[in-house]
Amino acid sequence: MPGALSHLRICDFTGQLAGAGATRFLAAFGAQVIRIEDPVNEGRWDILRGMAPHVDERRGIEFGGSFNNHNVEKLGVTLSLRTERGKELLRELVAVSDVVAENFSSGVMERLGFDYDALRALREDVIYVSNCGFGHSGPYRDFKTWGPIVQAISGLTFSSGLPDQPPAGWGYSYMDHTGAYYMAIAILMALRHRNRTGEGQWVDLGCTEAGASLNGPAILDYTVNGRPLRREGSPNSNRHEYPAMAPHGIYPSHEDDTWVAIACRDDRDWAAIAGASGEVWAGDERFAALAGRLAGSDELDELVADWTRARGNFETAALLQGVGVPAAAVQRPEERIDQDANTEAWGLWPTVTHREMGDVRVDGLPVHLSETDWQIARGAPCLGEHNEEVFGELLGHSAEEIAALTEEGVL
Amino acid sequence: MTTPPVASGALEGVRVVELCDDLGAFAGKLLADMGADVIKVEAPAGDPTRAYPPFVDDEPNPERSLYFWHYNTSKASVTLDLREAAEQERLRALIQSADIFLESQPPERLSALGLEYDALRTANPGLIMVSVSPFGRGMPRADEASTDLTILAGGGPAWSCGYDDHSMPPVRGGGNQGYQTASHFAVMSALVALLHRDAGGPGQHIDVNAHAAANVTTEAGSYTWLVAQQTVQRQTGRHAGVNPSMPSQIKCADGRYANTGIPPRRPESFRAVHEWLESLGLVEEFLEAPLLQEGMRRERFDMSMIAQDEELQAIFGAGRAAMNLLASKLPAYEFFTGGQARGFQIGIIYAPEEVLEDPHFVARGFPVEVDHPELDRTVTYPGAPYQFERSPWRIRRRAPLLGEDNERVFRELGATES
Repeated sequence: MPGALSHLRICDFTGQLAGAGATRFLAAFGAQVIRIEDPVNEGRWDILRGMAPHVDERRGIEFGGSFNNHNVEKLGVTLSLRTERGKELLRELVAVSDVVAENFSSGVMERLGFDYDALRALREDVIYVSNCGFGHSGPYRDFKTWGPIVQAISGLTFSSGLPDQPPAGWGYSYMDHTGAYYMAIAILMALRHRNRTGEGQWVDLGCTEAGASLNGPAILDYTVNGRPLRREGSPNSNRHEYPAMAPHGIYPSHEDDTWVAIACRDDRDWAAIAGASGEVWAGDERFAALAGRLAGSDELDELVADWTRARGNFETAALLQGVGVPAAAVQRPEERIDQDANTEAWGLWPTVTHREMGDVRVDGLPVHLSETDWQIARGAPCLGEHNEEVFGELLGHSAEEIAALTEEGVL
Repeated sequence: MTTPPVASGALEGVRVVELCDDLGAFAGKLLADMGADVIKVEAPAGDPTRAYPPFVDDEPNPERSLYFWHYNTSKASVTLDLREAAEQERLRALIQSADIFLESQPPERLSALGLEYDALRTANPGLIMVSVSPFGRGMPRADEASTDLTILAGGGPAWSCGYDDHSMPPVRGGGNQGYQTASHFAVMSALVALLHRDAGGPGQHIDVNAHAAANVTTEAGSYTWLVAQQTVQRQTGRHAGVNPSMPSQIKCADGRYANTGIPPRRPESFRAVHEWLESLGLVEEFLEAPLLQEGMRRERFDMSMIAQDEELQAIFGAGRAAMNLLASKLPAYEFFTGGQARGFQIGIIYAPEEVLEDPHFVARGFPVEVDHPELDRTVTYPGAPYQFERSPWRIRRRAPLLGEDNERVFRELGATES
């Protein structure tokens, strides 16, 4: 079945997650994404190519579990841009591509001889989307980042934490995921602009800017009211200010390191929690209205924690959901992946077939489209797996020529 | 004086009708700031988020919610009393004029209003309807009550975030990121549907699931289980992992924190850190300096041998200790820029408001000024998440006053109907 984007071709220099995650999304809707890798270093500029997790004891560039996850449904070719012949082939590929996508450090494409002006000379309406930490201009254009550094700079590390503690930050590269989402949005919007006007363009995505745009209300509280998030007792990101709620937090349950999240949105929720708990404090008049619960929220948190500690986290969540109160167990990976009826029913963990690894489960997409839904069935490409398809069928080079180019180290 | 022409946004000419609570409103902003004509439909009393703090000067008022301001830039506002049949009819007419209907309502409410997709597409076959919900339409947990906190707790992010000390609870990252992640997927998928329509396809209905969006935005948390059936554990300020890693956050001389990144692993980076210590007169007090010098002399570092090579362990340890010493001796900003200039991937841990004052962000025009004429003031907002050369991001107008666009929108609608 042709996908929504099967009329589009992406010349793809992305890697890791911040870039590869963007073209992954497009590939799942049928875009032909052609991932270009250097034969000399066997694609290792993407450090994930051989990295853990691994499906079994086999190691090497074809066995990186995260690489497979981030590159499903893509084609993979090798092309040495250290050679003039390699550059010629890239020119041929760019000329038939709608989009060129990359997340190198700024300046790399320029040094390779493929900055936006060079790309546009090959195809007037090409869309070029670059993605790096600080963008391609400004004082930090040569600074280097990865996810945790992007999060540190953009305010997201700071805004995640408990009072009187260092920042907790994000226990993963939230801004690699989210940088990829912004990159996908940028590509799609630029394509829409091209559909309307015929124009291509360069989109310069700096992930720190995308990250800095994700704390809007806190920023406006500072620019308008002069109230910074860096102040005594702040942040406490397990609490909720916009709007204020109490109790609101993550509470312990009876087994070690198991937790339940509870959000009391309003007085009705409070009455429901009070009824469900049957505890003495639940009847305390001080807590009947929001103002009193906010004033006593430290005390309230302790009382709620004493109550939740008496049973399992899923049990508490079910009890509160039974009376209409938002509550959820903090799910461990195995619980949300293998035991959550919702992710199962959604089909959230599709199995792909990888030429070397075999069948492996990967992340699906959290959307379903009624006419042109996504498809994730093919694993990440092995090194040069689609050289014949791309250089032969697409660009029209003969089998002999491809064999010679391979021999010469161009492919 | 002539005004320079303002380039149109990438979504110029796309009309969006938005009937969202705080789960989906961010998606509308992302579309509106790129030029779409996003019409927010509010009850006559106003969208509930107009009552969310913070407020200008802490004065609660539907026109002074900074929360509402942020999430509704560049949008138009119309008011409709959807208890009235005639007003429901007007909403349906409005949706007939739209390319995208973005909503985050309970399905039963939509049915009651006659806003099921099948009915809407009969009148408007090109319509793209985007339904954002906590658990997806008709899914087993669809009836559960939820907030951003419970989505991030049940969906995986919270498990990976927090502190080394597991007697402290997991942490929900701040800023309603669960809602915002769902909104990112709403926009991505709406654009896919729009391009499909541009290529001759029909409209379609998109089901966006916030719980699923959180689940697939956890990096190693998910794929370490999917691939190897191992469980990551949270650590202070760094990646949750199957095996513990070394701390990477240091409190700098000015009390702010920095992320010390990946410590030296190559001869040139040992040389750089040694020179940095020298420039600050810190070599004398750094007792492990000879190990740095050893690192400068080593020709190659074989990471696979680290378990057996005690000298290599000591050299790496010294590199890390040197970075920690530098961080503790310097203000965070000097540590960040000094280290980056020497090739280290390190970062200052800014509070969100501090980013707007950083010279790089200022030079790139990230902070933007938005006019609020009725308050006779200009307000600084966070700016473009991406820089489009030809069809730029732009806050075209501050968030709308309640019903500010009734006249324009309903007049146009009347002209279309007649």
